[in-house]
Amino acid sequence: MFIHPVRFFRDIQLGIKNLMLHKLRSLLTMLGLVFGVGSVIAMLAVGEGASAEALNQIRKLGSRNIIVSAQKPSEEQSSANTRIRISIYGLLYDDVQRIAETIPTVNRIVPVKSIQNTGRMGKRTLDMRIVGTNSAWFDLVDRPVIAGRVISPRDEFDKSNVAVLTEHGTRRLMATESVVGESIRIGANYYEIIGVVRSEGATEGSMQTPDQQTDAYIPLSTAREHYGDLFSQMKSGTFIRELVELHQLIIEVDKEENVEATAEAVERMLEIFHKKKDYNVSVPLALLRQAEATKRTFNIVLGSIAGISLLVGGIGIMNIMLASVTERTREIGIRRAIGAKQRQIVAQFLIETVVLSFSGGLIGIGLGLLIPWIITQVVKMPTVVSLYSLTLSLGISVSVGIIFGIYPAMRAARLDPIEALRHE
Amino acid sequence: MPQSNSSQYAVRFEDIYKIYRMGTTEVRALDGVSANFSKGSFWAIMGPSGSGKSTMLNLLGCLDRPTSGKYFLDDQDVSTLNDDDLSDIRLKYLGFIFQSFNLIPQLTVEENIALPLYYLGWPNQQREARARELAALVGLEDRLRHRPAELSGGQQQRVAIARALSNDPVFLLADEPTGNLDTATSIEIIELLKKLNHEGKTIIMVTHEPDIARHATSQLFMRDGKIQKITHGLPDTPGATSA
Repeated sequence: MFIHPVRFFRDIQLGIKNLMLHKLRSLLTMLGLVFGVGSVIAMLAVGEGASAEALNQIRKLGSRNIIVSAQKPSEEQSSANTRIRISIYGLLYDDVQRIAETIPTVNRIVPVKSIQNTGRMGKRTLDMRIVGTNSAWFDLVDRPVIAGRVISPRDEFDKSNVAVLTEHGTRRLMATESVVGESIRIGANYYEIIGVVRSEGATEGSMQTPDQQTDAYIPLSTAREHYGDLFSQMKSGTFIRELVELHQLIIEVDKEENVEATAEAVERMLEIFHKKKDYNVSVPLALLRQAEATKRTFNIVLGSIAGISLLVGGIGIMNIMLASVTERTREIGIRRAIGAKQRQIVAQFLIETVVLSFSGGLIGIGLGLLIPWIITQVVKMPTVVSLYSLTLSLGISVSVGIIFGIYPAMRAARLDPIEALRHE
Repeated sequence: MPQSNSSQYAVRFEDIYKIYRMGTTEVRALDGVSANFSKGSFWAIMGPSGSGKSTMLNLLGCLDRPTSGKYFLDDQDVSTLNDDDLSDIRLKYLGFIFQSFNLIPQLTVEENIALPLYYLGWPNQQREARARELAALVGLEDRLRHRPAELSGGQQQRVAIARALSNDPVFLLADEPTGNLDTATSIEIIELLKKLNHEGKTIIMVTHEPDIARHATSQLFMRDGKIQKITHGLPDTPGATSA
């Protein structure tokens, strides 16, 4: 019987004892593995942390959504005589209907008209983005409603003067949440505040969430009536005039697997009706996939580095075990003379190696937990230590012990007992 | 497997040859040896170096196999067993005592004594009990937790004897058991062996010291791989019996 329960436990105890006899040597032997395991866990934690934040951000955009944004064509931007011209670009009211009627995989379309203006409540003022949209916005850009209600189809139909504010904007204006029922003046118009939603708005990389920190959502019909499609503003001495019907379309697709095909169809349809490329189609799902692919590549690179460091660690362990076998030749001879079988000698040395590599793995895990914690404390970078990276590295440590321990153990077992006993 | 008391002989050698080939030359370490060692006897194997003493010891200890001939250990033929089976024979039926004690330095006295029992798979408690009992037998019951390096040579050899007894072997095989000890301690050890022999233990001892061999009940003289003569009891003056 290769593994005898009593002997197995005793062999582990004996292994620990033998390693404790040479504390410094054991520690130095483990060091390669310790740093290998530690750095792998730390790097994975940093990578996971960064990508988890990115993935979370992308998920907030909705994985079944396609976001079409108005984009000022490049020749318009570089044109020298913007002073006298009106920039006409962006998405059209007709686009909404065309897409809805011709692409069957499209579930819903949320049109967005956004205008920068100043909101006032009492003495406080705040630069806000007025978002003219419909009730479906609140389904597609799913944010918790903190107080009151959101825009209803009835509000759209009635062209009501109602507004939903964001939590962030509300705090800046009122510092309390009991704003529902109050009125806010935006530009020249008064709106009744009917609700407050939480905003997730933030810019992450190249991707912008549909909502921003200080939004005021009003019915699209109301926005059209109050502000029209022409937007004028004095900006650093230049008079900017833009004619934009819609700034954004959020398109919800029926199924996730149809998202990419639908995005292509939308793009082709817009190409027909827009002479200039004054729009940009972005697919959160594609970004998600891209982010995941990047993460995979990152993991492969990390895996290779880890492999090399573990190989080096393993060779270090093998080297020391071979030295240990030579050093303990006489002990092996004694054990064989007493009646230990070859495979029991193999087991003894193999267990000792595995104890060594397992301890190295454990210390490495300690290091791998400490480094990300320090990174988070010092650089304020998010890190995520996943359970799988811990179990994986411990498993690999044990495997390294077995792989690099088997040769020294076999060598020990194959010694001739008579020769071994004579060894000085 | 040998059954206890199945034979009057602990060991029977039948026409044993051990031949080493070194290139073209042939070295006959054992050249047709036949001998019977009865149970309860105390043998001393003597002879000059190169006489085949060590080869005899290795064969007796089941550490090696003869080139030809038969070796019956308690009536079981062990001359053709493989490495694993020989290990088993050593574990169950043999007890070794070496010139240089050969204790394992990192183990305590108790653990050294119980080492064969560990390979026999005895549970912890029984092992400890047996180790205590044997330590008391050799007079070291107060040294159980010590390491070999903390003991004198004589004490270390007592530990080795206790270890050799732990599996209740068919015979004890001692290789120059007093070679590393001073005269007074040598006598202590030989007295301990004699006491064990009186209690019924079969002992085969290899030595080149006639003073020590004299204590055995029988002596076997080797020369050039052959048995030169066998005596039963040596007179007090060494060398006086050669005939």
